[in-house]
Amino acid sequence: MSTHTDTLDHSGEHTHEHGWKGYLYILLILLLLTVITVGAAQVNFGSSTANVVIAMTIATIKASLVALFFMHLKDDKPINGLIFVSTLLFLAVFLGFCLVDADSRWDTRPATYKGPLDQPALPSLNVDAAAAPAKPAAPAVAPKH
Amino acid sequence: MADVIASPAVHTGDHGHHADYLSDPQHKGIWSWMTTVDHKRLGVMYLWAVLLAFLVGGVFALLVRLELMNPGEDFMTAEQYNQAFTLHGAIMVFLFIIPSIPAALGNFVMPLMLGAKDVAFPRLNLASFWVYVAGAVMAVTSIVVGGVDTGWTFYTPYSTSTGGAVTMMTLSVFVLGFSSIFTGINFIATVHKLRAPGMGWFQLPLFVWGIYATAIIQVLATPVLGITMVLLIMERAFNIGIFDAQIGGDPVLFQHFFWFYSHPAVYIMILPGMAIISEIIPTFSRRTIFGYRLIALSSVAIALIGFLVWGHHMFTSGQSALAASIFSFLTFLVAIPSGIKIFNWIATMYKASISLNTPMLYATSFLLLFGIGGLTGIFLGALSVDIHLHDTYFVVAHFHYVMMGGTVIAFLGGLHYWWPKMFGRMYNETVARIACALVFIGFNMTFLTQFFMGSQGMPRRYYTYLDQFQPLHQFSTFGSWVLGAGLLIAAVNLMGALRGPKNAPDNPWGGTTLEWQTQSPPITHNFAGQPAIEHNPYDYRYFKVPSDAV
Amino acid sequence: MSQAHDASLIMQDGHGDGHGEGHAHEHHPFHQHHFTTMEQQFDASKIGMWLFLATEILLFGGLFVGYGIMQSRHLEAFVAGHHHLDWKLGALNTCFLLISSFTMVMAVWAASNNRNGNKRGVLITNLLLTLGFAGGFMVVKYFEYSHKLHDGLLPGKFFSYTGPDAVPNMFVFFSFYFMMTGLHGFHVLGGMGAITYLIIRSIKGDYSSEYFTPVDLIGLYWHLVDLIWIYLFPLLYLIT
Repeated sequence: MSTHTDTLDHSGEHTHEHGWKGYLYILLILLLLTVITVGAAQVNFGSSTANVVIAMTIATIKASLVALFFMHLKDDKPINGLIFVSTLLFLAVFLGFCLVDADSRWDTRPATYKGPLDQPALPSLNVDAAAAPAKPAAPAVAPKH
Repeated sequence: MADVIASPAVHTGDHGHHADYLSDPQHKGIWSWMTTVDHKRLGVMYLWAVLLAFLVGGVFALLVRLELMNPGEDFMTAEQYNQAFTLHGAIMVFLFIIPSIPAALGNFVMPLMLGAKDVAFPRLNLASFWVYVAGAVMAVTSIVVGGVDTGWTFYTPYSTSTGGAVTMMTLSVFVLGFSSIFTGINFIATVHKLRAPGMGWFQLPLFVWGIYATAIIQVLATPVLGITMVLLIMERAFNIGIFDAQIGGDPVLFQHFFWFYSHPAVYIMILPGMAIISEIIPTFSRRTIFGYRLIALSSVAIALIGFLVWGHHMFTSGQSALAASIFSFLTFLVAIPSGIKIFNWIATMYKASISLNTPMLYATSFLLLFGIGGLTGIFLGALSVDIHLHDTYFVVAHFHYVMMGGTVIAFLGGLHYWWPKMFGRMYNETVARIACALVFIGFNMTFLTQFFMGSQGMPRRYYTYLDQFQPLHQFSTFGSWVLGAGLLIAAVNLMGALRGPKNAPDNPWGGTTLEWQTQSPPITHNFAGQPAIEHNPYDYRYFKVPSDAV
Repeated sequence: MSQAHDASLIMQDGHGDGHGEGHAHEHHPFHQHHFTTMEQQFDASKIGMWLFLATEILLFGGLFVGYGIMQSRHLEAFVAGHHHLDWKLGALNTCFLLISSFTMVMAVWAASNNRNGNKRGVLITNLLLTLGFAGGFMVVKYFEYSHKLHDGLLPGKFFSYTGPDAVPNMFVFFSFYFMMTGLHGFHVLGGMGAITYLIIRSIKGDYSSEYFTPVDLIGLYWHLVDLIWIYLFPLLYLIT
């Protein structure tokens, strides 16, 4: 009994060491970052991509603070942090490949499309037009390899 | 403590007064089974459930093959045929293969192999089973209320526009995903925290390594399937505009979403099969497994690389050329760890004193069939070749060699291997060998022909075909009957053994992993005492084959 | 609710049934028989919870990926759509969730330092505060949703907004807005249910420095809900 109680108390002690005031400071930083991110959104940093990158960077800093301090990953067993980080890694793989594909593929409907809402994306949905987006990519690459 | 390992027979003496988990007087009656948190009972319940699903999916398979006896409409219309192959695929994948080895055999064997009393979260395990049942009921409901004709892949835009019970079926897949996630979470926590004292990571039996790698995929991939199914249902119900090209959506994105889960799911299916083979081969070769660490780590490598290759299902879908090239390259990489396993298994068997009992027969069948399935996968991973073979019977034959020739054969091998442990009864060895031979012959008759048809251009998912394919189609259908007969004989043989006396010794095969150290069937708490580990598994220098081994 | 229920299945609460194995050491009432020590049980629960959080991240991840692809496809429509969201309300909700995360971590701190009930009051107070801020979040959400409903800014085929700034495909933005905030909202509701459960058990005095696993685990869950909102807020309310 004594051994495991000690260990549990020890992790409690860890939290105690920081005391609860540490959490308050983290909260204040998080609120400050919220103000910054709202402010940054009002400024034009040149392109919408730049604004998104800045907003996401701030969000990631906030998320890291929550994960490290509120979720105790800083002092926790490494396995829990490993689970968390590898999850994000796999999400990045998922997002990355989808974006690579979507950005390098002929779009059926450009973002500048100005047609009416209730019209189909393609002018006429006959067989050829419907099949068209599926065609160009694959045959184009086949001879090269 | 060395005694516990070195001479398992020592324990036989104490077993007399321990009730086994099947006949424990404290846990009697149907209700005690339905609410059990015992991993062994849950494994057995999962086993009956997946075998039932296998039967239903198998009947649909036989119907599909029967319709293909002759070109044109035999006894199914085109729509009925579409529903039949969809249900065959969906039931086999989601209700049978994915839960088969991890949830049935893994649940039963893995805690025993770790020397644990149970899995980490027994009630989560029970929840997993009932969520599975709920998902299965929904899948059956979708058959009754309208059928599904999309194929098991539910590709948009067809799945967002066709009628029938697509919503119900996808909802069922969503629910089944939770069952799979629960199992995965449970197994990872179990392997991390419930290993017997002295059992380090490299003293884990290889079955545990395989199941562990599988659980990683279950946890990381299945949620994406869940959200994909939700998005598909939303698109069908509310036209949210994500997958439907007519309202500005991207149908190819659906395929990304679907295969981000479903390609790793292929490894959810095959890794546990490989895990079983890694147990059977050393046991029946009476030899330390060759390249233990490589086999163990290659399981994890397959699990991780398996996440990077999903785009190879989309070479002809309008995916960008850049993405297709990257995916093709990565696909070749995943062959390396699979090859490592095959060579290590063969090296283990080299110059060993092999006994060809039924489990070993299935294991050797696996080596051949999975070899064919894996190598044809490399053909299909090559971009230029896939353009020609995509959506032909070549693909159908390839994945049946992997899933049926790989996973199901390994599952059958595992069943024959652990049946005496699970139920304490030996089956008829001769009949089991005959069944194994019929399965092997029937399987090759059914699917080897499909490689030829596919390479000649026979497209998949059609109820009819050109006359020139008829001889091969008929041969394939005859093969499906032989295969069915083999499976039926194996089932009758195994079930029949349950009516016989409890005659199985504790360690019929001379196995070295911990599940053979307890009695057959195991007692409710698995072990009379806490087992401890002093030797690496498969180290035959320290293990004597018990006198009552077969 | 279902999410919180899933989480509760991992927790070790009161499964001390009569499988008397006669361990040499003393039995804590919430110690399950298949774990050798309470520490092992705590660690296993924690791994289980983190794995559950991993599945949550990937579940939301699918929506984030869909959002990313669709946003680059219909950039104009997404920018036009976000002008209909009130960033002040979004920021207010962000503050609510951040503060509730703080009170939650205070509750965990109190539970883990609770010896002979000396921190029980702090624990219960902080849980009640967390519940209150979560409720505040949902109230703000309710006003936002009813405003959208009134303007016809709805997902998919229910989109009926015809104002002067209507842009083709704006409905896609609102499809994602409602799916992402909706799924998140369900998680908040589930979390509120779980916190209520913690309050009841705290009042019963179940948690102490020896056993506070459920507080710790639901705390982790609650921080994840906060963490997801940290990304949702700039993505939905602040894009330009």
